[in-house]
Amino acid sequence: MNELVYLVPLFPLLGFLINGLCRKQLSKSLTGIIGSGSILVSFVISTILFWQVKSNGALPVDPLFTFIDAGSFKIDFAFQVDQLSCLFLLIITGVGFLIHVYSTSYMHDEEAPHFARYFSYLNLFVFSMLLLVLGANFVIMFIGWEGVGLCSYLLIGFWFKNDNYNYAAKKAFVMNRIGDLGFLLAIFWIIEKFHSADYAIVFANPQGTLSPADITGITLLLFVGATGKSAQIPLYTWLPDAMAGPTPVSALIHAATMVTAGIYMIARSNILYTLAPSVQAVVAVIGLATAVFAATIALKQNDIKKVLAYSTVSQLGYMFLGLGVGAYTGAVFHVMTHAFFKACLFLGAGSVIHAMGGEQDMRNMGGLKKYMPVTQITFLLSCFAIAGVPPFSGFFSKDAILSAAMQSNMLYYVIGVLGALLTAFYMFRLYGMTFLGSFRGTHDQEHHLHESPKAITIPLVVLAALATVGGLLGIPEVFVKDSNWLEKFLAPVFAGSTALTQAKPAEGNSSMELVYMFVVAAIIVAVIAFAWSKYKKYEKTTEPETGLGKVLANKWYVDEIYDAIVVRPLNALAGFLKNVVEKSGIDGFVNGVGRFVQYSSRQLRLLQSGLAGNYILYMVLSIVVLFVIFWNQTQIVQFLENIF
Amino acid sequence: MIPILLIAIPLVTGFAAFFINTDKGAKIWSLLASIITLAIAVAALCEANTSSQLSVNAEWLPALGAKLSLSMDGMAKMLCLLTAVSLPLVFGATYKNTYNKPGNFYGLMLLMQAGLLGVFLATDALLFYFFWELALIPAYFLCSTWGGEKRIQVTFKFFIYTFVGSLLLLIGILYIYFKTPDSSFSIQSFYNTKLTDGQQFFVFWLFFLAFAIKMPIFPFHTWQPDTYEQAPTAVTMMLSGVMVKMGIYGVIRWILPVFPAAVVKFDQLIIVLSVIGMLYASLIAIRQDDVKRLIAYSSIAHIGLMCAAIFSSQQVGMEGVMIQMFNHGINVIGLWIVADAIEQQLGTRKFSELGGLAQRAPGLAILLVVMILANIALPLTNAFTGEFLMFNGLFNYSIWMAFIAGISIILAAVYSLNMVQKIFYGRTMPATEYANDANGNIQFVLALLAVAILVLGVYPQPVINLTHDSVQAVLAK
Repeated sequence: MNELVYLVPLFPLLGFLINGLCRKQLSKSLTGIIGSGSILVSFVISTILFWQVKSNGALPVDPLFTFIDAGSFKIDFAFQVDQLSCLFLLIITGVGFLIHVYSTSYMHDEEAPHFARYFSYLNLFVFSMLLLVLGANFVIMFIGWEGVGLCSYLLIGFWFKNDNYNYAAKKAFVMNRIGDLGFLLAIFWIIEKFHSADYAIVFANPQGTLSPADITGITLLLFVGATGKSAQIPLYTWLPDAMAGPTPVSALIHAATMVTAGIYMIARSNILYTLAPSVQAVVAVIGLATAVFAATIALKQNDIKKVLAYSTVSQLGYMFLGLGVGAYTGAVFHVMTHAFFKACLFLGAGSVIHAMGGEQDMRNMGGLKKYMPVTQITFLLSCFAIAGVPPFSGFFSKDAILSAAMQSNMLYYVIGVLGALLTAFYMFRLYGMTFLGSFRGTHDQEHHLHESPKAITIPLVVLAALATVGGLLGIPEVFVKDSNWLEKFLAPVFAGSTALTQAKPAEGNSSMELVYMFVVAAIIVAVIAFAWSKYKKYEKTTEPETGLGKVLANKWYVDEIYDAIVVRPLNALAGFLKNVVEKSGIDGFVNGVGRFVQYSSRQLRLLQSGLAGNYILYMVLSIVVLFVIFWNQTQIVQFLENIF
Repeated sequence: MIPILLIAIPLVTGFAAFFINTDKGAKIWSLLASIITLAIAVAALCEANTSSQLSVNAEWLPALGAKLSLSMDGMAKMLCLLTAVSLPLVFGATYKNTYNKPGNFYGLMLLMQAGLLGVFLATDALLFYFFWELALIPAYFLCSTWGGEKRIQVTFKFFIYTFVGSLLLLIGILYIYFKTPDSSFSIQSFYNTKLTDGQQFFVFWLFFLAFAIKMPIFPFHTWQPDTYEQAPTAVTMMLSGVMVKMGIYGVIRWILPVFPAAVVKFDQLIIVLSVIGMLYASLIAIRQDDVKRLIAYSSIAHIGLMCAAIFSSQQVGMEGVMIQMFNHGINVIGLWIVADAIEQQLGTRKFSELGGLAQRAPGLAILLVVMILANIALPLTNAFTGEFLMFNGLFNYSIWMAFIAGISIILAAVYSLNMVQKIFYGRTMPATEYANDANGNIQFVLALLAVAILVLGVYPQPVINLTHDSVQAVLAK
């Protein structure tokens, strides 16, 4: 019965194969049904598994087959189902299904083979993502990890005629690979020490096998992997560019699921991180820095998807902050709520872009509220959720992270709250510029404005509902005792870490915590009111940004800096190697040897002069040499023997 | 009996092919011959390693102590299978290409195959050397007769370079021969000969240089991109898919067991050279404007990893090398097939003249993407297992070496995706405007390769099991 879990990724795989191989034969509606239906089946199975786990705890699953048996270690193709993985299962298949349904309408203008290609990639993505969270060892996780990277590459570059999109796709893949190298080295390190990569073996008693240096090294390398996949400093710049892909892809891959793989990985390895406080501090600082840094960039972006992209980077930063301060449940909670509200925001943005005929610049939008009521209201609810207004879901999950940060370090908390205020501001700037005020686009665009069809609005409504009430799964202890369902549900996964940190007095002053919480909420509401009033009457200006605004609009010039210090020098080095070292250096030397041989044979040829006198001279010289050799025979033999 | 058949069939059919004058006749004759060889190689897989069918021991030159001894262990089986599989694939994919004097072309291809099979089967040093040359000489004629514009000059360099290596190898073999207690060329005598450390340090290099040129290892690689570029693509496929494995095979079979002290002494030097070569070749590949040269440099980088993994002397790494020898052969042949399909149809290999081909040739595009994914060792493609194990072995040797070598997996993504992007994505160019999808035979062969890539990627264990005994034997020495 537990082997049911192997069916979860099987259906998306079948969907991929059918849609991919029969893309020329299938009609669009059939493609859509196969694509979405396969995810729905997975979702149903995931739900069954979830109820089993909920009542019985983690399910033991037999390995499917031996993937690699290299003598000194063995890697099974094996899955495991525990609380953490089945929570991710529900997010991936649930949100994934909604986004597939949405896509049937959003991508309808594509020709049938490309439409099928799109769905096959999307199904392949879900398959890889499921492998990632279901694997029972690090290697299976890595398979999924690189698989989702591939699908991300294929989908960012889906419209492959556009060179900019191809460039963005390649950039995403290459930056992910940098992180993957870290992940790979961590796996080798683990295998060297444990002769296994199974979670069950690695996490059972890591202190027994690993020295503190090992733990630090492994956790740091894993975190390098996470910064690539989850777009953290310094490897985040691919994610905003990844917005080149179709909008549902941004919602599914670049907001709800793939980019949270890094959080899953660290939450999965929580025991190692708890044992490495210095690395935890690194994770927290990088997360926090990313959260605020990305939020500042989001303030000045005018492309609706770019704002959401930087917002995603920023929210992922919060999740890493949570992991870094030991709030593993809080981080996973935020993954979940973020999946709801950010997917809803991206899909809402897609709905807007659809209505605007492909326009993504918010300066040309405005006043869409009256044309697109459903999109508007779901978008608004999600904005409240991401801003952290009580009682929307984001409030609870962000609070779980921030209150843990406060207990760890007051500075983390203050900066974290600052970032939350920025979030509230840029989200309502986005909302105001898009939905409020009067329409600023062309007449032609205005004429075509319409609410999107049902396949688009229904997913929006479902996600908005989840974004609104999803927080109730993790009501903090300070409100009602023993009400945090998620904390209790995930407790077995984090039991090892909890046992290690029990020594510390965890309880702060709960009444103070409540006060902080509501003061922050009040300030957030004030920021929202400010942004609302400011952008309600936004007017298009042609004045260029100046000062800090210009720096922010240009994303702190990070892309330019990377270009100058990494890309161009590397290109120049490659060119130097190709044109100088290879051509004139190594090959030049090789050819030089050849020429030398030719030259010397030409010279030697002159010895054969045909003059009898010369030959007699050579003969006499040779005889002298032979006599010398004859008299010193023993020494010469000895000399040669010494060599050999 | 099987080893004799494996060598005799291509040898005899190869000589016979010289007398066939028609293009079609030569093609069918050689394709059939290569399929029969393949069937025998597959039959060899079914025999247990101890089976008497797999070894031959007959008198050859009794006065010299050289015997006609051939035998197959797991590694030999695997490499013979690779050699036997390659030729039908190459013939199938290039079926529509035409050559002057087709009988000679196909005859030489078969002779080269016979030489390659002999190298992998011989357990007598003189016989090994004989086949080593037998593989090389047809390659030389193939390149110089049917190659590109600069073929004479390039082939001459290829020939001199590898011939110098061969001579060093011959000197090395003779040296050890005179040291063997029973004056024998048999591999067991070579294994049992006790050489002093000083002798090992010297003779090691005679062998290693020959193999390093063949692989090739930085800085002995400059013959390779030129040769791969100028040779007819069918020959290039055999050179890079199979012939480079001669060097790796030689190191594993002849160097590691015979010169253990030298291996320990020079392992670091060779690993450093290999790793430098990996990064060096990867960086150069990024800047290539020619499809064939890009594949050539990419192949140098991959071979460098194999060499580094061998000298890390770790079991894991060695298992990785074994499986990767097979998989690299398959993958690189796939890449060459795509390169050839493009060149034959469009008359250019320059990235700057290509683009947008995915709109015109979607079938070829998808198949190339699969080959490229295998080239960057994406998990669940065949190359992943090999590279994973090899890097693992290198990591156990030194974490820093693994890290530096690991940079090449990032660079591999850059140049491999560049290739896809520049050929297939973007807008069409004048050269690609009216292109068609690849011919059926090309797509069929590539599809076979794609299936092999995925099957061996998901389930690599059979290949690991096949070569497990060879790894154990080598490491035991």
